[in-house]
Amino acid sequence: MTNTKGAVTGVNGNMVTVRVDGTVAMNEVAYILVADKKLKAEVIRIRGDQVQTQVFEMTKGIKVGMPVEFSGEMLAVALGPGLLGMIYDGLQNPLPEVAAKTGNFLEPGVYLDALPRDRKWAFTPSAKPGDKLERADTLGTVPEGAFTHRIMVPFGMLGSYTVKSIKPAGSYTIHDEVAVLQDESGNSHSVRMSFQWPVKRAIDCYVERLKPVEPMVTKTRIIDTFFPVAKGGTYCIPGPFGAGKTVLQQVTSRNADVDIVILAACGERAGEVVETLKEFPELLDPKTGKSLMERTIIVCNTSSMPVASREASVYTAVTMAEYYRQMGLNVLLLADSTSRWAQAMREMSGRLEEIPGEEAFPAYLESVIASFYERAGIVRLKDGATGSVTIGGTVSPAGGNFEEPVTQATLKVVGAFHGLSRERSDARKYPAIHPLDSWSKYEGVMQPSSVAWAHHYLERGTEVGQMMKVVGEEGTSIDDYIIYLKGEFLDAVYLQQNSFDAVDASVSPERQKLSFSRVVRVLGSSFSFKDKEEARAWFNRLRQSFLDMNGIEWGKPAFKDADKAIVAFMDERATALAPEAKRIIESLE
Amino acid sequence: MKKVYSRIESITGNVISVRAQDVAYGELASVSTRFGHSLAEVIRLEDDLVSLQVFAGGRGISTGDELRFLGNPMRVSFSDSLKGRIFNGAGEPRDKGPALAENLIPIGGPSVNPTNRIIPREMIRTGIPMIDLFNTLVKSQKLPIFSVSGEPYNQLLARIAMQAEVDLIILGGMGLKYDDYLYFKEALENGGALQKTIMFVHTAADPVVECLMVPDISLAVAERFALKGLNVLVLLTDMTNFADALKEIAITQEQVPSNRGYPGDLYSQLAARYEKAVDFADAGSITTLAVTTMPGDDVTHPVPDNTGYITEGQFYLKGGRIEPFGSLSRLKQMVNGKTRSDHRAIMDGMIKLFSAYRDTLEKKSMGFQMSAWDQKLLKYGELFEREMMDLSVNVPLEKALDKGWEILASCFDPQETGLQTKLLDQFWPKKA
Repeated sequence: MTNTKGAVTGVNGNMVTVRVDGTVAMNEVAYILVADKKLKAEVIRIRGDQVQTQVFEMTKGIKVGMPVEFSGEMLAVALGPGLLGMIYDGLQNPLPEVAAKTGNFLEPGVYLDALPRDRKWAFTPSAKPGDKLERADTLGTVPEGAFTHRIMVPFGMLGSYTVKSIKPAGSYTIHDEVAVLQDESGNSHSVRMSFQWPVKRAIDCYVERLKPVEPMVTKTRIIDTFFPVAKGGTYCIPGPFGAGKTVLQQVTSRNADVDIVILAACGERAGEVVETLKEFPELLDPKTGKSLMERTIIVCNTSSMPVASREASVYTAVTMAEYYRQMGLNVLLLADSTSRWAQAMREMSGRLEEIPGEEAFPAYLESVIASFYERAGIVRLKDGATGSVTIGGTVSPAGGNFEEPVTQATLKVVGAFHGLSRERSDARKYPAIHPLDSWSKYEGVMQPSSVAWAHHYLERGTEVGQMMKVVGEEGTSIDDYIIYLKGEFLDAVYLQQNSFDAVDASVSPERQKLSFSRVVRVLGSSFSFKDKEEARAWFNRLRQSFLDMNGIEWGKPAFKDADKAIVAFMDERATALAPEAKRIIESLE
Repeated sequence: MKKVYSRIESITGNVISVRAQDVAYGELASVSTRFGHSLAEVIRLEDDLVSLQVFAGGRGISTGDELRFLGNPMRVSFSDSLKGRIFNGAGEPRDKGPALAENLIPIGGPSVNPTNRIIPREMIRTGIPMIDLFNTLVKSQKLPIFSVSGEPYNQLLARIAMQAEVDLIILGGMGLKYDDYLYFKEALENGGALQKTIMFVHTAADPVVECLMVPDISLAVAERFALKGLNVLVLLTDMTNFADALKEIAITQEQVPSNRGYPGDLYSQLAARYEKAVDFADAGSITTLAVTTMPGDDVTHPVPDNTGYITEGQFYLKGGRIEPFGSLSRLKQMVNGKTRSDHRAIMDGMIKLFSAYRDTLEKKSMGFQMSAWDQKLLKYGELFEREMMDLSVNVPLEKALDKGWEILASCFDPQETGLQTKLLDQFWPKKA
């Protein structure tokens, strides 16, 4: 705590005005002393000796004149071993520990240690006395689950240091001193395994940022093939309510080909988090064979929890993601939903009586959203390793209308757009990503030219479908009708996926390549049918056997038989194969 | 002895302000006007200037009226003697019974720790096939009833109140027409459900501030009963009135509106109430059904739109029936696999056929010829609407399933239904 003293002079919702005597920093953490409790708050505006703070708790019971303490620190999170598997609120309070202390309800003013205090970690030093080190350089490692957790020089220690002493291999808690570093002026600094970092500052201890090129496989065909996301990239999922945003994120959090997943449940239903909380410990990570929970951190500030900590929660999550990136790991941050986060900003902006922008969102909405997504990225670290943070955020646009400010501000900064459509979700098409509206600037598991070629059939098929609504089936030529059927076929067997089917729910890139090659063969072939009836019947049969194959385990004899049968069934009817399709098929083999 | 303030500095709408010391945010005060006493709640502190929202409204308050701070936030009495009683939005009796003052509990308490929640696991039977069979209500679920003015949504709520298998019903009325209030009272009395019901009713004639209190009072009481092990069903009608009351107050306080005049925190305000729905691992539960009328039948209106993002599905009441399309219980999968082996198949199968019936109706209205299959569908659709969708149908789930098979058998051949052969063998009604 600093020497600055303050006293409450006003309360308006969760904004409390304080008169201060002494120095105050912007975004500094303050505590309001209410009876026997301390309520955490953040300084958000300073005007002379009047300081406005947003309180991370309900403000009922606060009186004018109540004393306020200032911490001198910005809102920060604890970084160190033990983060994995934890469930935090937006301020990094461990929720299960809070429950053990206060029971069913989240009582205000309870702040617990983010990291287990007494747990011992097997430390192996890698630096030696005399080594010259800078911030984020490795002092040693501890094993954390399936990962090697680097114990680093705290990121806030600027300048260069000489290792004066370092503890030998052994087990220590996060509060034990593991090294003593000496700065250039000869002062000694004691270093522990854990340190604090302000959440609203990006961690920038890397050599350079690289271009995201390697695809982050999600095992969802429409994403990996058509609208891919790269490791270190950003994407957004806007959609009206009930279109399946959260389900899509849950599936991605299970299947994504990354080391660590951080889920930020920001202002959404508690029930959805509960499903993850109860199911993840039971599920196995295909990569490590351990429980999925061991690679997951959940930051959960649901809709009924205080709105100011909702605003903080996405920063808490991204800071932890950046921390693990410093260890050369690939981290995926899924934020659900960024609209709720933006609304939290809007609420505060309204209380500050700022001049409102569109739909009363603050004028700085766009720049804040942009700087959040810009914290993603793939970076080269000092030791040559690369690490990445990928950010995927859902957006909940009012009325399902993508023209609103949050969606638009997000679209400006992300690398991929997975727009969910009410129409597709009503038709029970999962995932409800709209294949014509969505886009991605990243390269996926297929060549972009092949994808574009296949995508063309979707567009043409939709056009014919629209036309048919007007002129009827009778007025459509058989050639157009076949194009329509091809588009429908691609949609049914490739874009849609059965999330209830154990096999079809997650599809490896190799399998996607094979399926894609078969689909391309159908799209690029010419067929002769005597009438539309026959064409439809044939495509229905083809679709049925393809869907059946989608449910058979990869590599099993039954799969190979089904595949052979489908190829034979196609060849029986196909008269010629377009050269472009031939090229694509060859490129996939 | 609390100090009495006799100088009101300003009166704007329902908000008054006085100069006072040592007042807590959220504290209650009592204002004595020439029309009697009213409660008021502190909504803003600025140095010694205290702004209060007067429950009875600002009309007729004089700058010389007396105001006394009570030293506590809004509270409500909690005990078993609440059962069968009717109160207004300020917690005062609306029936002829005595005022209750023992065991006062605060309202609008903190949120449940998400890690202490459990995955919903039990259905609530309502005896309404469109709910039990097609969109099962699950304990701890929060569901709005999207509807339009003029639809019988209050009748539906009253039926659910009388038929639902729960321990306690709490009815929160917001902006109710007086007739509707009397209807609820009579329906519950005649249905014999009044003794397991507590009503907090704000009628359209009452001051708007009291409307804001209704959900919080109802849910605070529900929460206490749930913690005592009861399964509580909270029925709220109409949440659009609640949102409009929020809007009214926000505008008079000169807050910047966000969308169609509603305040920017509409989502958080609604979520704080809906998220009270819970199933305690070691105690009872709260399930919430809330009528949300959609102005102009427009689901993208801010109130139904924000609600849809918060709740776990919705019932869509249209034309006096719960529409199978547009209605969705997101939690039904958690329970409908455990009821009877044909539940899911009948649910999907009948809806698919009903959808085909709607297509046929469209074709018919355009003057197309009806095939034999179309005729079957038409017969089926009419039966379905009469025997399943009509709100007066009151049968247990098992009977409804049997009825479903009967309807199917009276219209179709077994293989036309698209149901699994195994189920057909087991459940298809045998010809007498």
